[in-house]
Amino acid sequence: MPVLEVKNIKKSFGKTDVLKGISFSLEKGEVLSIIGSSGSGKTTLLRCLNFLETADEGTICVNGKEIFDSVSHKNLTENEIRDNRLHFGLVFQSFNLFPQYSVLKNITLAPTLLKRGTPEEIEEEAKGLIERVGLSDKTENYPCQLSGGQQQRVAIARALALKPDILCFDEPTSALDPELTGEVLRVVRDLANENRTMIVVTHEMEFAKSVSDKVIFMADGVIEEYGTPQEVFLNPKSPKTRSFLKKDIETNAE
Amino acid sequence: MSFQQVTLSLAAGFLENCRLFFETLLFSIPLGLIISFGSMSKFKPLSYLVKVFVWCIRGTPLMLQLFVVFYVPGLVFGVPMRDRMMAALIAFVINYSCYFSEIFRGGIESIPKGQYEAGQVLGLTKSQIFFKIILLQVTKRIVPPMSNEIITLVKDTSLARVIAVGEILLAAERFAGKGIIWPLFYTGAYFLIFCGGLTLLFGFIEKKLSYFKA
Ligand SMILES: Nc1ncnc2c1ncn2[C@@H]1O[C@H](COP(=O)(O)OP(=O)(O)O)[C@@H](O)[C@H]1O
Ligand SMILES: [Mg+2]
Repeated sequence: MPVLEVKNIKKSFGKTDVLKGISFSLEKGEVLSIIGSSGSGKTTLLRCLNFLETADEGTICVNGKEIFDSVSHKNLTENEIRDNRLHFGLVFQSFNLFPQYSVLKNITLAPTLLKRGTPEEIEEEAKGLIERVGLSDKTENYPCQLSGGQQQRVAIARALALKPDILCFDEPTSALDPELTGEVLRVVRDLANENRTMIVVTHEMEFAKSVSDKVIFMADGVIEEYGTPQEVFLNPKSPKTRSFLKKDIETNAE
Repeated sequence: MSFQQVTLSLAAGFLENCRLFFETLLFSIPLGLIISFGSMSKFKPLSYLVKVFVWCIRGTPLMLQLFVVFYVPGLVFGVPMRDRMMAALIAFVINYSCYFSEIFRGGIESIPKGQYEAGQVLGLTKSQIFFKIILLQVTKRIVPPMSNEIITLVKDTSLARVIAVGEILLAAERFAGKGIIWPLFYTGAYFLIFCGGLTLLFGFIEKKLSYFKA
């Protein structure tokens, strides 16, 4: 049984149809990369999965349980919506750490408010996560004292602290200076090696190629191409995919 | 008239200013927050109504509002305002909550959407997001404009004199009526000292909140 099954997700803003029927599924431990030019709807798709946007049509099932259905969604209480969204975690392009809290408190805040354990357990676990993202010496620092790459690693630890079934990344390195992308991608790669289920929207083609089990190429709100990295990167069927990959190689060569 | 007598008499007047000041703050800060929520409401009729109200209050002199609150109940409804201080307090609270509401609105709207969304995806409730994430960031941002407004309030309290609240300037005027002019200038010292204290306090708060950038 797939961990995640997304069926026919549609979303429009006013007259613009941004998602025109997205369906895919994801097995436990798989890493799915989503690539595509900007404006193709990648962020909107992740936001629909995390309920930051409400899809107009479609269903989302996690572990066989339907957690979203465009028809019945509006009948859910806020509590039910919150429980459902906790199947997912989201790491934002712009980190969105809480500036007034230390690294440790950024990570413990949500588990504490959600009563996920005793304060000692939560802190213990948070420190373990901080160590995993390589920031043990920054535990008591504030976000403004960290580089972008360090902030993004804290954001990853913060998302992990709630143990989501599926962790989503929206271009986690796009807001970073080139020399800082490596440290963040390394953390994501480690998570992939631990068999975490993840969806990564990225412009880092080499990374997508080497880390993912499945790749989706999105164009104009539809899945233009879907397959293993070999299939999508080495043998793309769609002309749109081919021209996208070609452009990417050209821009990188410049 | 001895210096000591004048000092005491002015102090008694200034006590009224202080009372008006603290009570205005006590009521207008929460009321201002409520008004700011009203003006940010997604229910358009409410937000328009609130905005028009704020426009009227900010667009007319506080002195006029004092007169309205003091005279209208008696002249129009036949129930004269007996308590002058109460009338002054009502006018001040309405006036200052409108000013504060605009500061709060600006502060709240300046917090990036990402802060709310980060809270949402972490499964926090709306009130947890507001109180645990947004509020302190807003506080930090509004300290400078609030300190301006609050220092203005200190001096505005002497406007209550126009409906004969026995505040410090009224006390000093009585001396002037008897031909003693210096107590009038002396009142400035009370305001200066009080505002000096507030300036130190706000500087302290700003420094306290300088450990993070928001
Ligand atoms: N809240 C919104 N309101 C209106 N249009 C939006 C909104 N969010 C996204 N869009 C539009 O949807 C399209 C897809 O955006 P997005 O999902 O951010 O694409 P991507 O992440 O692939 O660059 C864009 O044309 C964008 O302008
Ligand atoms: Mg995007």
